[in-house]
Amino acid sequence: MKALPLAFIGPVMRKEFRQIRRDARSLVFMIFIPAFLLVMFGFALNFDVKHIPLAVVDQDGSRTSRGLVDKFGTTEYFDIKAVLDRTGEIDGLMARERIRAALVIPPTFSEDLLAGRSPSVQFIIDGANAMSGTTAAGYAAAILQSYSQRVTLEALDRRGLGGAVRPFRADVRVWYNPELRSARFLLPGLMAFILMVILTTSTAFSIVREKERGTMEQINVSPLPPAALIIGKLVPYALISLASAHLVLALGWVLFGVAVKGSYLLLLLMMVLFLVSGLGQGILISSITRTQQVAFLISVLTTILPTFILSGFVFPVRNMPAVIQLVTYFVPARYFLVALRAIILKGVGLAAFWDQALFLAAFAVLTLALSVAMLRRGGRDRRTRRAR
Amino acid sequence: MKAILSILKKEFLHLRRDPRLFPVIFISPILQLVLLGYAANLDVKNIPSVICDMDRSAAGRALIDDFVNSGYFSIEARVERMDEIDRFLDHGDAVMAFVIPRGFGDRRAAGREASVMIIADGSESQSATIGVNYATMIAARAAQSIVLESFERVRGLGVRPVLVGSEVRVWYNPELKSRNFMVPGVLGLILMIMTTVLASLGVVRERETGTMEQLIVTPIRPYQLIVGKLLPFVVIGLVDATFVITVARGWFGVPIRGSVPLLYALCLAFMLNTLGIGLFISTISRTQQQAMLTSLFFIMPQILLSGFVFPIENMPKFFQVVTHVIPIRYFFIIIRGIMLKGAGWPELWDKTAALLVLGTVILTLSVARFQKKLD
Repeated sequence: MKALPLAFIGPVMRKEFRQIRRDARSLVFMIFIPAFLLVMFGFALNFDVKHIPLAVVDQDGSRTSRGLVDKFGTTEYFDIKAVLDRTGEIDGLMARERIRAALVIPPTFSEDLLAGRSPSVQFIIDGANAMSGTTAAGYAAAILQSYSQRVTLEALDRRGLGGAVRPFRADVRVWYNPELRSARFLLPGLMAFILMVILTTSTAFSIVREKERGTMEQINVSPLPPAALIIGKLVPYALISLASAHLVLALGWVLFGVAVKGSYLLLLLMMVLFLVSGLGQGILISSITRTQQVAFLISVLTTILPTFILSGFVFPVRNMPAVIQLVTYFVPARYFLVALRAIILKGVGLAAFWDQALFLAAFAVLTLALSVAMLRRGGRDRRTRRAR
Repeated sequence: MKAILSILKKEFLHLRRDPRLFPVIFISPILQLVLLGYAANLDVKNIPSVICDMDRSAAGRALIDDFVNSGYFSIEARVERMDEIDRFLDHGDAVMAFVIPRGFGDRRAAGREASVMIIADGSESQSATIGVNYATMIAARAAQSIVLESFERVRGLGVRPVLVGSEVRVWYNPELKSRNFMVPGVLGLILMIMTTVLASLGVVRERETGTMEQLIVTPIRPYQLIVGKLLPFVVIGLVDATFVITVARGWFGVPIRGSVPLLYALCLAFMLNTLGIGLFISTISRTQQQAMLTSLFFIMPQILLSGFVFPIENMPKFFQVVTHVIPIRYFFIIIRGIMLKGAGWPELWDKTAALLVLGTVILTLSVARFQKKLD
């Protein structure tokens, strides 16, 4: 290819801008959907496992057993939703997801405690939701442990042996997010997730629409080089999404107090790389499909679930099997997420994530180069077909 | 009936015209399920950690061994000074750090309370919370066993420590595999995404290409047109559901404890909603691009507010109320109920009723809008 004829990019950009402006709703959506979703999810979601709905079957019915039930009820981890008479009732409630866990105190509980025997309670967990199940079991164990400790210490006190000292305590410090605030956890992930979906879908139609309407033929016979077409189509969307990304950042700061700790310029660099990657993926989809319907399906299928699950937003990448980890290299949100957390929450410099920047740049270049190649091939095919 | 059949034929012809559509519709759900079935794993093990033992006492080493042997943490490095931890956490090479401060062993020997420092990277959402929970539990357990040992020595005093044990029973998913939870969820999501997306373009495409006018002048009634347009997507949805269920059962070994016919029947009830939403989007959009962006606006909140990953009971009250109009919320309880819990009609009738009511409302609404557009 000869030197990129820059003169061609301007007119394509102008045409694209005009087209975007004509469809006011799409423009508004591209700019404001990410912000709207971020605000909504930022308020609605958190990773805490608290208020697990619990049913209690107290077969003992003594003051002691009620004390243990109170210990469960007064923590924020469990909400006692039902007090049942028979264990048989648990099944129905759990199948309907009215409760996630059940505590069964056996009839001999207080008797055993008084006699100095160690009694045992039954704790039933709805394992269908593995994550909240595991956590619920952990909370229950912790509550029972502190309960036992108190009972033991009281017994010591009664014999005048009080003042026993704990051997050591755990002093927990959480860095970068001391109060373990969910908004700080969530915001970088939500930004990457929402932006990725909107980015890819906003360019997914850019080329296929021309094909479906037949205007691609005109472009093919014009002297416009494919690279100029792609860049001309990319730039307007890149500007729009840059505005949208800044809106998201600003809202994260104003509403959720998540300020950018590190360098803004670095953030801008990573943002531009990410935006071009997302838009590039959309353009690539657009250049390999023939109808808008298929382009839409592919872009939704390759962004929503993969970004949600393979980016490290919710599920840590290092827990995945090696083959799946390999797949995550094709999810640009993965790199952006690492960089966002590093810049926004940790405030560290490029040294901590330069590799992410390289991968992201490679992804962007790769998608755009592939799109150019696809377009060039498509144009040639059509020209030769006509020649015949 | 004949009118519906001819619309059906026309729609299938349309679907066949793009040879790339069928692979996307039928292969991608399986691909997604396999990828996500392996990736969606919250069983946090081997959390990368750094150990900083500044005390080098036997007591400190014993505690460190408790952390290391628990299997939850994988030790990336052992460092000498606190400030060396920074680099590991800053670069994301470690998520947690355990620090035994100087004097730990001496304080313990003197019978005074010592402390161990547990540091977690708070920007790593899940791992940090889970890791901190594990670590404090391990520390508490270690502390307790030391107390118990000292009791052993004073057994003569007649005090015995009491330990309330718990007998934990995990129902439905005894090994607590997250996969068994996620895979049915993916079925719901794929069904929703596929059918909403396809239906959302259904009508707007005719309008964009100008063929809507032609359909209006034919003697076809609006309801026939809608039935003919939506039926192919119902078929596609059911085929996708079959694929996903087969892979979930055959490949991932997710059990199906309840009735399969009931599962299919409720898939239909769910599709009433997704197709209704899709059709609604189609009637309020002028171009396919608008329809696409509008459907994202409907799909993304459904995914995140459905209880798929983020439990509904942890949302603020307002959003908990909002989730009641999200059809997939009910469908998730239904598929998990049927597949994992062996639930049947007695447990699921109210969820089904909710799906039917929501579905009827949205479908009626979009048909009404559609009729107005035709005039």
